[in-house]
Amino acid sequence: MSLSAQLINLFAAVILLLAFAMLAQRRVLTLINLFALQGLTLALSTLVVAFTTGQAHLYGSAALTLVLKAVLLPWILHRLVRRLEVKWDVEPLIKVPTTMLVGIVLVIISFNVALPISQLSSTISRGTLGIALASVMLAFLMMITRSKAIPQVVGFLAMENGLFLAATSATYGMPMVVELGIALDVLVGVIILGVFFFQIRDQFDSLDIRHLERLKEK
Amino acid sequence: MIDLFVLVLAIPLVGGLVLAVAGERTWAPNLNVIASAGTFLASALLTAEIVAGGPRFAFGEAFFIDSMNVFFVTLTAFVGMTTSIFSGPYMRNEREHGKLSAARLRLYKSMFQLFMFTMLAALTTNNLGILWVAMEAATLTTVLLVSLYRTPASLEAAWKYFILCGVGIAQALFGTILLYFAAERVLGETGNALLWTYLVDVKGQLDPTIMALAFIFLLVGYGTKVGLVPLHNWLPDAHAEGPTPVSAVLSGLLLNVALYAILRVKVLADGAIHTSFAGNLMMGFGLLTLVVAAFFLSRQKDIKRMFAYSSIEHMGLITFAFGMGGAVANFAGLLHMTLHSLTKSAIFFAVGHAAQKCGTQVMEDIRGLIRINPLIGWSLMLGTLAILGMPPFGVFASEFMILTHAMKHHPWTTPILLLALGVAFAAIFGKVQPMVFGDTQAKRLPHAPAIVPVFVHLAIVLMLGLWIPPYLTRWFHEAARMLG
Repeated sequence: MSLSAQLINLFAAVILLLAFAMLAQRRVLTLINLFALQGLTLALSTLVVAFTTGQAHLYGSAALTLVLKAVLLPWILHRLVRRLEVKWDVEPLIKVPTTMLVGIVLVIISFNVALPISQLSSTISRGTLGIALASVMLAFLMMITRSKAIPQVVGFLAMENGLFLAATSATYGMPMVVELGIALDVLVGVIILGVFFFQIRDQFDSLDIRHLERLKEK
Repeated sequence: MIDLFVLVLAIPLVGGLVLAVAGERTWAPNLNVIASAGTFLASALLTAEIVAGGPRFAFGEAFFIDSMNVFFVTLTAFVGMTTSIFSGPYMRNEREHGKLSAARLRLYKSMFQLFMFTMLAALTTNNLGILWVAMEAATLTTVLLVSLYRTPASLEAAWKYFILCGVGIAQALFGTILLYFAAERVLGETGNALLWTYLVDVKGQLDPTIMALAFIFLLVGYGTKVGLVPLHNWLPDAHAEGPTPVSAVLSGLLLNVALYAILRVKVLADGAIHTSFAGNLMMGFGLLTLVVAAFFLSRQKDIKRMFAYSSIEHMGLITFAFGMGGAVANFAGLLHMTLHSLTKSAIFFAVGHAAQKCGTQVMEDIRGLIRINPLIGWSLMLGTLAILGMPPFGVFASEFMILTHAMKHHPWTTPILLLALGVAFAAIFGKVQPMVFGDTQAKRLPHAPAIVPVFVHLAIVLMLGLWIPPYLTRWFHEAARMLG
């Protein structure tokens, strides 16, 4: 296995590790930092793929990932946390050991689902498809287990990270115009959610989404 | 001469930006109507051009207009126009009642136009990746509209809408990645591998295993937006808690556009897989949706929530029809989509005025509409009869076609379909009847309701039940043939 392939696998492993770390993290600020770190790792791994394969547009997506996911989004989230004064928010509800065990099961399932696809693929990074799917699943699990709004959104963004990794590992990334569109959607989405958080806090005096469970079928 | 297609996309985009910058002026509602009417005019002319000259590209190969999507473009622009006419007096009444401020009306109008833009872009784009981007943008533009009243319930509905559709659409993105992966192996890394016109030429060579997996993810992802059970939870909340014009366009248009995305992918999946895998999956989801929604209908207390469930029910029926496939079922599915859009938005217009008049959305408190305002009363009654599939309204014709086709090719589904339609009829009719007839002491509204759009819609639905113009039949046939 060549050095670059090993590097890509290493980065993918770090991304998976960070996904688990986020799953277990209770503090909002640390969670955002972990998310930024995941974005940075993702950008580095894309950069290595770009360098090894000489795909010009991958440099573009690496830069886009770096700016958007390692800098801009964490910055917006940090600002939101400061302005909403939820800096010391701690998630009381999660049962870390159980979530971790469920997470491990999810990883095994993802590797099995991804196996037939990565066998068909000829990219240098095909081995990481299972990891990509696993990080999507872990982010999904994180969204389910959290009861505060900001960790849920971080979970949502981490899911997008996983999808991006899937795109680079199976196909060397989507066409640039699509990636730009997705990035725009994510950015606008976070801004709209920021507005929305203020509305929620004004209404309920808290960002605990357990307040948002009244609409049900009786 | 300016390209008509450019106008179709540019008018709502520019209109939305102007309305956002200008703010709430006295002419803002008129501009909203003018922009929507302009979009409709441009799309009607574009339709004439496509019918005469055949499919074509726009902006290089970025957009592609054929007889299938041009039909949805016209429908979308038409319902957009009538909704903007309806929302003029409706929103003024809401402001008078102190429910909305000028800033919120500004947000509403500009987001409404941008929502139209994203839907028209989703319908006409040739790139399945951009289709995803536009679908997500359509969610983003409507999230703040659902929470427009800023009540606890509306915030909750908007949050649910955002998160559930966001998770759903993430599945669709994974499906799109898989589709791209399958296509890239055939088309090479040219950047064309997500363009529908290229994909449809090579659909037979796409890897069946990957395409099956991609279709499942795309069906689940876009199916969340269509409101397919068990992914429908956001839909009744968003419809009930948002302002009525938003409920009308969500129900009448957004669900259609999401279904359109599924149909496009189904054509590719069918070509690659060579079995009826995709169709069977859609039939299963469709039947489940139809039955579950029908049984939930009778338990509703909120009028908009009830009609939201009715939308879910009809989307289930349409998904089932497209799942069966073949010329007749596709024709019936397209016809039913058209009729459902027109009827359901008409019903929401009537419901909006009725709820405003009685000051509540709780059905038990809405009584005697026929006395306070015969027009609103009759429009709600006629709209209800139309959506329940009573002849001579058009919905009867399309439901009849779906039912007879199901009897012939999948007889085991007939009792399920009949049961669900029967239950839905009993539930809705039983609740609407006392709302229309019965005693009341409601007051007059400060602004006269816009009732014309309701009757225009119902008249078209009636006409389509009695007589479908030959060019429309040709058009439906053409689109049905493209779906295979």
